[in-house]
Amino acid sequence: MTHAIRAEGLARHYGGVTALAGIDLEVAAGTVLGLLGPNGAGKTTAVRILTTLLKPSGGRAEVAGYDVAREPARVRSRIGLAGQYAAVDELLTGRENLVMFGRLLHLSRAVARDRADELVRRFELTQAADRPAGTYSGGMRRRLDLASCLIGSPEVLFLDEPTVGLDPASRIVLWSTVRALVDDGMTVLLTTQYLDEADWLADEVAVIESGRTIAAGTPEELKRKVGEDRLEVQLVASAGPGETAAATASAVRVLTPIAQAPPTVDQVTGRISVQLNDGAQGVGAAAVALREAGVDVADFVLRRPTLDDVFLNLVGHSADNG
Amino acid sequence: MTAHAVPVRERPLASALIEIETVAARRLRRLRRAPGRLVGIIMNPIIVLVAFGYLLGDSVVAPGNGEYTEYIFAGGLMQVGLAGITPTAVAVALDLRSGLVDRLRSLPISRATVLVGNSLGDLVMGLLGIAVVTLAGLLLGWRPHTDPLSVLAGFGVAAVFVYAMVWVGIMLGLLWRNLETIESVGGLIAVVFSFLSTGFISPDRMPALVRPIAEWNPVSAVVTAVRDLWGNPQNVSGFAATHSALVVVLSLAAVLAVTGTISIRRYRSSNR
Ligand SMILES: Nc1ncnc2c1ncn2[C@@H]1O[C@H](COP(=O)(O)OP(=O)(O)O)[C@@H](O)[C@H]1O
Ligand SMILES: [Mg+2]
Repeated sequence: MTHAIRAEGLARHYGGVTALAGIDLEVAAGTVLGLLGPNGAGKTTAVRILTTLLKPSGGRAEVAGYDVAREPARVRSRIGLAGQYAAVDELLTGRENLVMFGRLLHLSRAVARDRADELVRRFELTQAADRPAGTYSGGMRRRLDLASCLIGSPEVLFLDEPTVGLDPASRIVLWSTVRALVDDGMTVLLTTQYLDEADWLADEVAVIESGRTIAAGTPEELKRKVGEDRLEVQLVASAGPGETAAATASAVRVLTPIAQAPPTVDQVTGRISVQLNDGAQGVGAAAVALREAGVDVADFVLRRPTLDDVFLNLVGHSADNG
Repeated sequence: MTAHAVPVRERPLASALIEIETVAARRLRRLRRAPGRLVGIIMNPIIVLVAFGYLLGDSVVAPGNGEYTEYIFAGGLMQVGLAGITPTAVAVALDLRSGLVDRLRSLPISRATVLVGNSLGDLVMGLLGIAVVTLAGLLLGWRPHTDPLSVLAGFGVAAVFVYAMVWVGIMLGLLWRNLETIESVGGLIAVVFSFLSTGFISPDRMPALVRPIAEWNPVSAVVTAVRDLWGNPQNVSGFAATHSALVVVLSLAAVLAVTGTISIRRYRSSNR
């Protein structure tokens, strides 16, 4: 298997701060690696090293077959970078932005214009192409940013938190755009704080925290470690504490036979949390069981594992107090 | 997707020219969309010329028994360059912040061309400033008294000064990044260098303490040389003033060399 990205012991220190403590990465050509981690984990630092913007303090990395430290020019002509902040010129129109980047890649004026037209169409920006990018919505701006990375038809694309600040619909549009690029053979490394994003997009996920890889594998493997979807049930508060306890006990009793492990009850809120045998299919059975037990349900939600669950599970503390 | 392979840089000079042209064109296009930046570099000098020349003109005796307006015009023109430092620095800092610099640095293009392109874009803006302020000067009564070639040479010196100040702005934007710092210190530089110079006040009327500073301020050498080329009256004393051409060449060359080197270095290793 050929690797589009390969890193060994990649490290970076800023004075006394260790941003990356030595991570190894291997990304097969034509696949997506999700670099998952909370704020400050070192995701941007890793991306900046792999895109030749930053020199590593230790370790080595190859992108598209070239060493990032020794042959940065060759790496640059094979990559696209969409950084954490969309790098669009807000005073220029979408089309002008694209033509500018085409010209910077030494395309002739005519070819740069054709390429801009093509990307404008592909990224569904036709209507807005001649408006200043400053008037774009967050989703459009991200699409323009992505389009301007693609002018040089890169082999490897780096996306640093590409959906931060986007509404759910725009996120999904961006996800499918990225997926389409991968179907065309591109290799993508994307960073994210959201497990569902990694789940949707990535073939492989590396979880990093404080500059170290703490878990790696396919999203399926990772989720298996963390646990499946959990059903959370909140009962309607009863008149007295005795009645509440009784209702909770009967809810737990009817849920136990269809759960993988006995349900847990939050001592403070009384919230019942349970991992069902049949995942999402078990939800119907749980609803029926609760109704037959005669308990009043105030809240009934299926919760997917979040990054916080990954952290609780893998490092024993949650992301934001790490 | 159609594959467009990026052409290999077989012709480095041609590639560099395209890069420079593209970056400079972007700068000028931004200026057309948001011309506010021009206001500062045009209004500053004009206000100073009006305030000093028109309002104080009668009470100030110009050195060399000339019109005071003729004396201060060269000083006012230098304000185009000095007032341009802050907006240039702010623009560079904003590009760094917005992620545009990261994007540019991830492209297979030369490091220097982006900065050179930016500097030329801002030079064009400075030249526009020089043209407008010259018109204002003519209206206020400034006249050159030499042959056309010398007059042109005077404007040439002013243009080189503006270009050097553009590079000062680029360097400060790359070094500081923080907009408040840039704005306050940039403003201070503009005030200190223009008023602690012989741009508006003749050195023989300065306090003894300030005088040597003003005489050795490179801005003084520039205005002295420019007044010489235009035949505007002035009293010339001290080594720096009597050898103004030499001081101008050396100091502007030094400014360009230092700011250019630091800027390109800084841009190359810039960390967000
Ligand atoms: N230029 C810098 N100077 C000092 N520390 C930095 C710099 N850039 C990043 N760091 C530190 O390195 C760590 C990793 O940062 P970063 O890679 O930006 O994380 P992420 O992108 O995962 O949020 C953080 O603790 C951050 O504060
Ligand atoms: Mg980051």
